[in-house]
Amino acid sequence: MTDTLTPPEAGRRTASPVRGPRLVARLLASPLLWPVMALVVLLVVNVVATPSFLDVRLQDGHLYGNVVDIARNSAPVLLVALGMTLVIATRGIDLSVGAIAAIAGAVACTRIVGAGDEGAAATAIMACTVALAICVLLGLWNGFLVSVVGIQPIIATLVLMVAGRGLAMLVTDGQITTVNNDTFSNLASGFVLGLPLAFLVAVAMVAVTGVLTRRTALGMLIEAVGINPEASRLAGVRSRTIIWTVYVFGAVCAGLAGVIIAANTNSVNANSLGLWIELDAILAVVIGGTALTGGRFSLLGTVVGALFITTLARTIPNIGIPSEANYLFKAMVVVAVCLIQSPRARAVLRVRRTAPVARKGNPA
Amino acid sequence: MSAVTAPSSSVWDQVRSYSPPARFLPVIVTFALFLGMFGAGGLRYDGFTDPQVFLSLLLDNSFLIVLAVGMTFVILAGGIDLSVGSVVALSTMIAAKTLALGWSPYLSIVTVLVVATLLGTLMGLLIHYFEIQPFIATLAGLFLARGLTYLISVESIPITDQTFSELAFRTITLPGGYYTTWTVVIAVATVAVAAYVLARTRFGRTVYAVGGNEASALLMGLRVAVVKVGVYAISGFCAGLGGLLFALYTLSGYSLHAVGMELDAIAAVVIGGTLLTGGRGYVLGSLVGVLVLGTIQTFISFDGGLSSWWTRIAIGVLLLVFVVVQRVMTRRQP
Repeated sequence: MTDTLTPPEAGRRTASPVRGPRLVARLLASPLLWPVMALVVLLVVNVVATPSFLDVRLQDGHLYGNVVDIARNSAPVLLVALGMTLVIATRGIDLSVGAIAAIAGAVACTRIVGAGDEGAAATAIMACTVALAICVLLGLWNGFLVSVVGIQPIIATLVLMVAGRGLAMLVTDGQITTVNNDTFSNLASGFVLGLPLAFLVAVAMVAVTGVLTRRTALGMLIEAVGINPEASRLAGVRSRTIIWTVYVFGAVCAGLAGVIIAANTNSVNANSLGLWIELDAILAVVIGGTALTGGRFSLLGTVVGALFITTLARTIPNIGIPSEANYLFKAMVVVAVCLIQSPRARAVLRVRRTAPVARKGNPA
Repeated sequence: MSAVTAPSSSVWDQVRSYSPPARFLPVIVTFALFLGMFGAGGLRYDGFTDPQVFLSLLLDNSFLIVLAVGMTFVILAGGIDLSVGSVVALSTMIAAKTLALGWSPYLSIVTVLVVATLLGTLMGLLIHYFEIQPFIATLAGLFLARGLTYLISVESIPITDQTFSELAFRTITLPGGYYTTWTVVIAVATVAVAAYVLARTRFGRTVYAVGGNEASALLMGLRVAVVKVGVYAISGFCAGLGGLLFALYTLSGYSLHAVGMELDAIAAVVIGGTLLTGGRGYVLGSLVGVLVLGTIQTFISFDGGLSSWWTRIAIGVLLLVFVVVQRVMTRRQP
């Protein structure tokens, strides 16, 4: 956003002008306005194409329908994007999440296959725990390269992005490993209280992260590190620990996503699991209004962004375009979002507006 | 930075105390690594040091060499281009589709190069004039190119054109009974032209200046806009050319070609000693970087016991070593 010069706290509290506390004015000033509107437009397009698109019915105690499917399918991207949001907020980026997801899926599946009782619930829980523990190690590695060795985040995580799929192949021995475990496959296709379990897991992670970052000082510290690492270090923020923490968190989120993807197909293919999910996640973060330059972040925005991407993937076949064209639309969304955020394009737009609007605008 | 001038007049002393300029050091290290790996391969496997092995190294990696050349320009100017893998796929697809429609092969080649260059220019314009980060703008390019490829055809299209297959299979006999192909000649020529442009032209100097410090380059009155857009246009052109070479190599157009090839290109450039923050590096280094990656693959194909995924792990480890060494070196020289 343009007002990176203001402190994060001040920027967040006074985003809407105080003299007009009308709800509409506040809504219009909300950074969430554009992503939510984009999502609504997509849903409207879907309803126009298929009037029954939003129908949800109850069957066997589960909810069924397109919306429920979207919620279920959005879980992996949502999880990866959640971790990515915090990483990007510290001015970093994590390209290795797709590889980490592949490793997590590979470890979980091979552990289940190798266990004595393949179908037991305890086996699945143990396998997932081991997979996530390995993700913690991978996150520690990324964090070490970025915060201690001081390598640019893009390059530091590129190392694991290149090597990670090789490691995942090493774990699975190059085979597509198939598992038979009801508890494990429930992680992706199961329902709790009528809602998809995968979505609930993702939402729970978002909620926990929201509480941890917004109800404690952690969120402010992360933003401080992202806005100016050196200044925050001089102000006594342990930026090294903060950076290390977000990379570990990002890796764990990616691992959880990898396990869910593997559970969805009951198998793992180290070459294709989570392929390009890092790009989808970055896209979700950018759509949600978190700038890649670090600083202020919006978890809710990321949730909307992830839902938008999943809805887009659903929309394209729904309106009769081959689903492979998905990439084309994603490219257009990336460009549109970046142009909206770009200061230059904003300046062009601002000239066209009336003067009073321009005066109360941003400090820049 | 400067060469050591030995006070003594003895030639031997001069040779002994000669140290190459520090700016060439990364390329020399990479070259030594390449020689070392080749030597080790020669000791371990029969026939590894045969010159034909080296020539096939060039042949199997000709498209990657061209990609790495384009990537070197972009990284030298302080950017990054994630779209090259997808543009390669798009190029193979355009070539295959237009040939299947009965176009003249020359028209098809020109179309590929123009489309790829246009895509690169477009990304450059977004990056320079709208201040979108290179990473995200070329990410859009990645999706766009891949999407266009799928839109043309989801299935693989074979290339049966006479001119193309002749170009692919025609060999050039070298003295000593060795042979190479025209794709290698094209790749090596690209390296030579790029090295000349970077070292001897105003454009090349400006690339280094922009990568070193964009604000200073602007204050010096250099044409920053031309260079910043230009490097992406060059990278796009190289991706198109690389795509044509890849189409010759596989004789098909397919939307799943070259997935992740941008990573190989970036890795080759980094291993070749180019600083990822921009401003320092040589095209020749990137060539050697590609050869190092190729040697790893040759190693694994010579050794029947190693599985193919060790390639990726080895590339990752090499990348790590070079990045850390770069980091240490830049910390020492302010």
